Amino acid sequence: MDPERLTRIDQVAWRIEPHGAMRVPGVIFADEHLIRAMDDKVFEQTVNVASLPGIVQACYVMPDAHWGYGFPIGGVAAFDPERGGVVSAGGVGFDVSCGVRTIVTRLDSKDVMRRQERIADSLESQIPAGVGSKGKIALEPGEMEAMLQGGALWAVEQGFGEPADLERIEENGRMEGARPDFVSDRAKERQREEMGTLGSGNHYLEVQAVEEILEPATAAAFGLRRGEVVVTIHCGSRGLGHQIAAEFAKEMVVAAESSAIQLPDRELACAPIDSEIGQRYLGAMRAAVNCALANREILSHHARRVFRHYFPDARLPLLYDVSHNTCKVETHLVDGERRRLFVHRKGATRALGPGHESLPEALRPFGQPVLIGGSMGTESYVLAGEAGAETRSFASACHGAGRAMSRHAALRRWNGRQIVDDLAARGVLIRSPSSRGVAEEAPEAYKDVTAVVMAAEKAGLARRVARLRPLICIKG
Amino acid sequence: MTPAPRPPSAAARWEHFPHGADIGLRGFGATPEEAFEQAAYALTAAVTSTDVAPKIAVEISCEAPDAELLLVEWLNGIIYEMAVRRMLFGAFSVRIVGDRLEGTLSGEAVDAARHAPASEPKGATYTALKVARDDAGVWSAACVVDV
Repeated sequence: MDPERLTRIDQVAWRIEPHGAMRVPGVIFADEHLIRAMDDKVFEQTVNVASLPGIVQACYVMPDAHWGYGFPIGGVAAFDPERGGVVSAGGVGFDVSCGVRTIVTRLDSKDVMRRQERIADSLESQIPAGVGSKGKIALEPGEMEAMLQGGALWAVEQGFGEPADLERIEENGRMEGARPDFVSDRAKERQREEMGTLGSGNHYLEVQAVEEILEPATAAAFGLRRGEVVVTIHCGSRGLGHQIAAEFAKEMVVAAESSAIQLPDRELACAPIDSEIGQRYLGAMRAAVNCALANREILSHHARRVFRHYFPDARLPLLYDVSHNTCKVETHLVDGERRRLFVHRKGATRALGPGHESLPEALRPFGQPVLIGGSMGTESYVLAGEAGAETRSFASACHGAGRAMSRHAALRRWNGRQIVDDLAARGVLIRSPSSRGVAEEAPEAYKDVTAVVMAAEKAGLARRVARLRPLICIKG
Repeated sequence: MTPAPRPPSAAARWEHFPHGADIGLRGFGATPEEAFEQAAYALTAAVTSTDVAPKIAVEISCEAPDAELLLVEWLNGIIYEMAVRRMLFGAFSVRIVGDRLEGTLSGEAVDAARHAPASEPKGATYTALKVARDDAGVWSAACVVDV
């Protein structure tokens, strides 16, 4: 993206001035290098989102942004139902409530490295991953409804998780307002045998060492100590969320084209929040959020069993669970007035600052943990939400490194076997059924995650707390 | 019984094209049906580089108000069958009448060791979505698939 097209606000904030059909400006948080490397499509998609009915304040774009579907990946937009605001299936995305969670093991990395091969093999055999894999649970219809209503709470009640986890999950592990009756039979069928599966693509389970502590007091409160090991899971609502997204996108496009909503791009499929379709989508989407929360809880259970096999005394508490593809009802201060808004975050993480009432007591003085996945073989970060993010970005921050190169290009450049061998030589074990999948996910196909989190920190969205280094990565 | 696929025309081929995070598919053919079939081959090729044997046939049908939405429905129909049956498909046959498509997919159960699936398609999208006929009369059917 050419910076000349933008108005520079400061070192890490840029503005797309309203023009054409735009109702609000676009605001991109990134340094000049990240802006220059950013796809022009991000500009185009930001302009389109800023043109949607009922959008409030600005369309915000995170430093890891790249070309998405209708919304840029890394896009944040809030809509006011009182002013004709919309809800967008494209704005939430295909993988509803895709997110990241991190479990603290309190184990020394030297102890884990002594058993690295065996732990990697055990995780590979216990975590269903990749195309064709099945979960260890098949849900009957009544159980499906209960799961879609109950989220991680349901998983805990079924014995696939720990009660203490719940306060460390957004929405306390269960999103209100889920309507399983608005989820199609096809979506439920697609999920029936997929609970507790990792999926494929950029999803992973990673065993990581805390390499560097950047903010000691917050790291201590988060349970992060240098040299100790954590387990991070990146996954979403699996087939159920994908099916809901596909079905509602079509329905919203067809409805929009026969109504007054002008879609600059069909991928921006949306409907008025107060419309019948809008309400049905919200009910189904919230059920998909619960599915994702339950899924990550079950995956954690499988990972905990592996760790307890090797380390029977390990406690393994959950640090936090964040979702980065969502639409949530939140109250924000806009033009001096507190307004109830539908905040879409597509590839962006909620980042509540210190003191926020939604945070559990132990975390409240420090801000919400913001978990930033890197790419296989490169570092990840734990950040903490900043109070200023409330006014700067509706309390949002980045979600990962963000791709810098297409899968197509990555496949032409790298060989999966070579990547696995090179990473093994650096002490990182990769377990994946597909050498080609590894090539498509090559670490260098992603942006520099450090540059991304530095930009988020300088922009006052979130502070760096700890840097993590991968030891084992399970890919689908 | 797997239906015998019609012989491909000289125009029949498929390609992948780059997208930031995912993968673009484009099928070409002498008719819209053939272009849709070729796009389906491109979908399978996004998952595996290995041949898929057409052992089991699955019938699907879908409808949409225009050809582009119909392409998305067709690819999403295949993705659905791949997911619930845990199969990959290696042969496709499409019939389009008005706004309705009937298709036959032929394939086999996923064999993780042999197929080594590289990615799991989540859904076909409206990004770079285009069904068109060029000046030489060749049809193309394209969109990006989220993986």
